[in-house]
Amino acid sequence: MPDLLIELFSEEIPARMQGTARETLRKMVTDGLVEAGLIYAHAAAFSTPRRLTLAIEGLTAESPTLREERKGPQTTAPEKAIEGFLRSTGLTRDQLEIRDDKKGQVYFAVVTRPGRQAPGIIAEVLEKTIRTFPWPKSMRWGAGSLRWVRPLHGILCLLTSEAGAEVVPLDIDGIRAGNTTRGHRFMAPDEFSVTSFEDYAAKLKSAKVVLDSAEREEIIWNEAKTLAFARGLEVVEDRGLLTEVAGLVEWPVALMGDIAEDFLALPPEVLQTSMKEHQKFFSVRNPATGRIEGFVTVANRETADNGATILKGNLKVLSARLSDAKFFWEHDLRVVRTEGLEGMGAGLAHVTFHNKLGSQAERIARIEALAREIAPLTGAAPDLAAQAARVVKSDLRSAMVGEFPELQGLMGSYYARAEGLPDAVADACKGHYSPLGPSDEVPTDPVTVAVALADKIDTLTGFWAIDEKPTGSKDPFALRRAALGVIRLVLGNGLRVKLADVFAPRISAHVVNRYYSGKLDVLSALSDLQIPEDFKEGAELQFSGSVKAIDPDDYASAVEHFPDLADKLQDLLSFFHDRLKVFLKEQNIPYDVIDAVLSMPGADDLTLVVKRAEALTAFLKTDDGTNLIQGFKRANNILTQAEEKDGVEYSFGADPKFADTAEEKALFAALDRAEAAIAPAMQAEDFAAAMAAMAALRAPIDAFFTAVQINADNQILRRNRLNLLSRIRQICLSVADLTKVEG
Amino acid sequence: MSNPAPTNPATSNPAAPRSFQDIILRLMNYWASKGCAILQPYDMEVGAGTFHPATTLRSLGSTPWAAAYVQPSRRPTDGRYGENPNRLQHYYQYQVLIKPSPANLQELYLGSLAAIGIDLALHDIRFVEDDWESPTLGAWGLGWEVWCDGMEVSQFTYFQQVGGHDCKPVSGELTYGLERLAMYVLGVDHVMNMPFNDPEAPIPLTYGDVFRQAEEQYSRYNFDAADTEILLRHFEDAEKECEHLLSFPAEDPNSGKRIVMAQPAYDQCIKASHLFNLLDARGVISVTERQAYIGRVRALAKKCADAFVQTPAGGWTPDTSKAPDTSKAEN
Repeated sequence: MPDLLIELFSEEIPARMQGTARETLRKMVTDGLVEAGLIYAHAAAFSTPRRLTLAIEGLTAESPTLREERKGPQTTAPEKAIEGFLRSTGLTRDQLEIRDDKKGQVYFAVVTRPGRQAPGIIAEVLEKTIRTFPWPKSMRWGAGSLRWVRPLHGILCLLTSEAGAEVVPLDIDGIRAGNTTRGHRFMAPDEFSVTSFEDYAAKLKSAKVVLDSAEREEIIWNEAKTLAFARGLEVVEDRGLLTEVAGLVEWPVALMGDIAEDFLALPPEVLQTSMKEHQKFFSVRNPATGRIEGFVTVANRETADNGATILKGNLKVLSARLSDAKFFWEHDLRVVRTEGLEGMGAGLAHVTFHNKLGSQAERIARIEALAREIAPLTGAAPDLAAQAARVVKSDLRSAMVGEFPELQGLMGSYYARAEGLPDAVADACKGHYSPLGPSDEVPTDPVTVAVALADKIDTLTGFWAIDEKPTGSKDPFALRRAALGVIRLVLGNGLRVKLADVFAPRISAHVVNRYYSGKLDVLSALSDLQIPEDFKEGAELQFSGSVKAIDPDDYASAVEHFPDLADKLQDLLSFFHDRLKVFLKEQNIPYDVIDAVLSMPGADDLTLVVKRAEALTAFLKTDDGTNLIQGFKRANNILTQAEEKDGVEYSFGADPKFADTAEEKALFAALDRAEAAIAPAMQAEDFAAAMAAMAALRAPIDAFFTAVQINADNQILRRNRLNLLSRIRQICLSVADLTKVEG
Repeated sequence: MSNPAPTNPATSNPAAPRSFQDIILRLMNYWASKGCAILQPYDMEVGAGTFHPATTLRSLGSTPWAAAYVQPSRRPTDGRYGENPNRLQHYYQYQVLIKPSPANLQELYLGSLAAIGIDLALHDIRFVEDDWESPTLGAWGLGWEVWCDGMEVSQFTYFQQVGGHDCKPVSGELTYGLERLAMYVLGVDHVMNMPFNDPEAPIPLTYGDVFRQAEEQYSRYNFDAADTEILLRHFEDAEKECEHLLSFPAEDPNSGKRIVMAQPAYDQCIKASHLFNLLDARGVISVTERQAYIGRVRALAKKCADAFVQTPAGGWTPDTSKAPDTSKAEN
């Protein structure tokens, strides 16, 4: 069976796009071939900066002949219907078959689609792939209209079988498919032809191109490790950088250099970030001291001087970069020594956080107040939490963070220590942004946790107050991440906090303060304030009456004036519940269980919610659990139907004296026992015990349903039994909303 | 002056350039030999070589074009009183624009590096993703920054849109930061020490001899002295004048010709842009205002682009005037 080789040769493809592009090429082409009726054994895609390559093994040489039958209208159908059928099948009437049907004679169209040779199919599929390839950004070039990530220069498309190799005829906007390609841009630029994938890969290697990015990564990593090892040093691992660098070279050559003595006093993260961001260097560490002392750069070629010129050039650039970093570091330290970290952040008063949420300084003041309030919950000293909150954002004004935004927080912790601030404050600088993603570690230090929560809660309540919520894939302020951060901080530290109580005054304050600081006409509407004709902004106004002031933090009174506050609060809590569901789903707690728990009171206490959900999940895994659910559902269904039919609610309590059978009596007794056990267990939040007590109802309920007919002719018995079912429902629902549980 | 001789990789090559001007002259000769019209700098203050009408306006419409020139460029916020080894508020860019972009533009570009003494067999040249966008010109393109041994030596861009118009055909634009490139080739560590003319000339001049004083004076002017009220007024005047010039009907009653004043209007747009840069350096523009100013300049640039495609150089013919304008971007 033939093999197919495709290479799309272009100008340099951005490194970050190559991985996805490989996979997309593989998928689009193989999907297209399969859809057209071809089958293949194996497909592998490769990329270098200048090429995307796809090698398909064991492709069928042609697609099978397909016979397709379609049933049409009856022969007696109106002319229009028959004509429509002819149009849709592309046949003429004498080509239709007439077959007998139950109702009479019916037209059938039998269309045979002959199999097609592979080259024609490949050409079509490849052309479509190229013309519709979903690059994150694509461009036109020259006078043409074709789009590709950068100018596309060549297409190699070769079908190889025992009979030999043939070029698949294809021409896309003047780029004609052939059997040739080129080697390394500088070391082997000449064109050469290939006969198969093996031939192609081998010839590329002698033309100084390593086709497989995984192999390039391996070469880079091994060379880098060897260079460092020879000097008793180690390379700092960085998978992302390795992948990126492998996407920048066709013929990797690692070169190692030393960082000049002048720069060794810089924090290691600064050295690493500067070298990585600007130069794409790997950092080399002295394992004895932990200091970053050197770097590995990866060139795209061998040279006659073994890279000496290249290394010298790179050193020169690095030295200029690190001089900048050193200047920033020393400048920032000077500022901290003279003005303190708080002083460093003074300029935040002039930095807008969001035009509807005020400056960074105003935001910090809010975070400070909130951190102080939350501190007791996390076990932090309120003053310390407030002190930390005042300075955690200060490094946003440092020269270093101005240059390297990714060092925010970390620089703050260095500068806090330089100023001699408490360790907890320094740690909060670094840790209060955490957790940043689902895999980022959750801080545990009480001060850090308090500030981290305050920061995120201020953000969330603020954006909810101004109706800037995430929609679809758009979440420009990373509010989903902030909510997940709050959830993980609360759960990770086992904090007991009723979120609604924390959110309500914050949303209220955002809304009320914004309202007051808003338009003058609004203010005047609230009072009998007179605005003089010649009033200029900034001038002072005289109140002739009294403004009925609303205390911004007093949710209860604010909600009277701003009724939509309640909606905003509810909406934010629902948002949290949605995030919590996603989070718990990853912990293997199913959606229905979460729903069952979230409709219980106290659903804004996340730690409580999770405790309950975990107990319910475990319960549902037991036999008793699943059977009890069945029993509960049966009871609930019968009861609901009866209530609908009778138009009453059966909640008067069943009377044991009407208990007729042994099973009925046993159920009464079991319910009494369960009730007695469940109430205190719930009180103690011992959900496992509550559910165990509930599980004990399984057998009596089952026995009851087997032995007793609910809808008895005797109305007294019937009502009493319905009221008994109501007790079952009531007891079960006191543990969780079991109506939401599936199964 | 620094003495780069023993460490300079290029000195092993007898044809290595010896001065800043030598590098400029070589680029001129090289691109002239490749068929470019060698233009002179535009006679206005601009922030980058792209602002020259030979790039911004000529990249519009379908008329072929090939030009290269040096453009003195001003970035008031980058002034460092002549003290920083790498930063200047006034510097030179070398700019090449070819429309449509030729298929061998990368090879042509690499040839220019060889022409200024970069031995391509010893250095590591890389094309690293860097998409270009000019919010003030309403322009963007895709391309790379070109690295030589880890140092950015040029910007290489395929223009996709300018002034809100799709570029059809696409222009290829090359921008060399001349000081940085020359410092690298000449092995100089501080820009002010770079030989401007031949170091063995009867009167050898360094870059500092020519420009240090100007850097000091303009740094002071840019940061402290420029009168912001006057600048603001000039900004508004330029904006007004630009729109005024574009409001004239195309038919000129004096000459009887069809004359769309795209370029005089564009001069005003350039002015507004530079005045904005000066105001920015004076620190009187807040973060929120900043976007608004950029938007105002962009609006002018778009109107000028709209006007330029109504001129013969922009592809206008009496026939196209009747057809609907298809060059306007869809989004």
